[in-house]
Amino acid sequence: MMVRLKRAEHVMGTVVSFDVDGTFGAAVDDAVRWLHWVDATFSTFRADSEVSRLGRGLIAAGQCSPAVREVLAACDALSARTGGYFSATAGGSLDPSGYVKGWAVERAAAMLTSAGSPSHCVNGGGDVRCTGPSPRGDGWRIGVANPLDAAALAVTVEGRDFAVATSGIAQRGRHVLDPHTGQPAEGLLSVTVTGPDLALADAYATAVFAMGLPRAYRWCEPGYEVFGITADGGTWRTPGFPVAPAPGR
Amino acid sequence: MRRVILAVTGTIAGLVALLGFRSHVPSSAPAVSVGGTSVGGTSVGGTSVGGASVGGTGDSNAAGSPSAEPSASAAPAGSHTVDGNVASTVYGPVQVQVVVGNDKITGVHILEQPTNTANDLAIGQFAFPKLIGETLVAQSAHIDAVSGATYTSAGYIQSLQSAIDRGA
Repeated sequence: MMVRLKRAEHVMGTVVSFDVDGTFGAAVDDAVRWLHWVDATFSTFRADSEVSRLGRGLIAAGQCSPAVREVLAACDALSARTGGYFSATAGGSLDPSGYVKGWAVERAAAMLTSAGSPSHCVNGGGDVRCTGPSPRGDGWRIGVANPLDAAALAVTVEGRDFAVATSGIAQRGRHVLDPHTGQPAEGLLSVTVTGPDLALADAYATAVFAMGLPRAYRWCEPGYEVFGITADGGTWRTPGFPVAPAPGR
Repeated sequence: MRRVILAVTGTIAGLVALLGFRSHVPSSAPAVSVGGTSVGGTSVGGTSVGGASVGGTGDSNAAGSPSAEPSASAAPAGSHTVDGNVASTVYGPVQVQVVVGNDKITGVHILEQPTNTANDLAIGQFAFPKLIGETLVAQSAHIDAVSGATYTSAGYIQSLQSAIDRGA
């Protein structure tokens, strides 16, 4: 029986959890090192990060590392794609962290795949990227937290190569802002988006949450599915949302 | 049974970690010995974990048979209960009882806990049930990870994902 490696790394203001075969420890080390580089480069809490200096006008975008330019371009494209509901400047200043975490975890998972790992799950503070089959041989089962009860799940999804991202009333106190009003988004408790890419799923979850109701009901994007919990505790989901079959074991 | 032992270990380690976390006394946080590996100074958890997994009716493969020792908190049919030894933490004695059915923990009861201060009472009223609930949910739902609004680095210990990472 293969030994699983479980590692929880404190980085980017949260914890990134790895579940991977134990023979890929060195690849996890590489991914963790890279995540800390991302933290140092993109953090808006560090005055000396590239993004902080760019936001204060101390450096120009052309002087930033390729990764920063890639993220900024992706944020612009997502803003256009979501009618402005995803924005790297929703709070008035440059803050691409709504994209960076999902993007970074997507990259970390890809690093494990490149190292040869056929099966792993990386959870960046609640945004999850699964690769291959689970250690059981079937799909990965990802619980969606119930924002009304920390010890309960709202729903469980299942899949092999897919991403699960959730936006909601954040524990860190930074609420999702409606970029059009600058005010905290209302009407929803949480929005979960599944799809092939965690960077996009994370940004879409943020955008749909910012839309509020009823606009969130109408959101659709090919390849991506949504599950939402409204302020009164009701839920809705798109037809292809991958709800896991009830555990019969 | 091994999975159950691991889960008990995780639960007790989590409970003790939570005691230390909530009280903000990192220098005197309770040391706990889990699975024979001492994490800190005084070894307290080891005896408790050993008692829970080896003592009682733990190895009797009692699934499907009535509990040998009916207790006040009666276990559902097909389950049995196992009492852990009393663990003496720096906050006072803690003893847990687990309900085992089909080789899985289906319930955890706190038999004894510190009640000296308002903080102790708060831990008993809120923290224990919360952490126990998380452990049970993570185990019973067979889930590999949890998606939710981003938790902070400090809030992680109380998250469902933390229970999964501990091996629940």
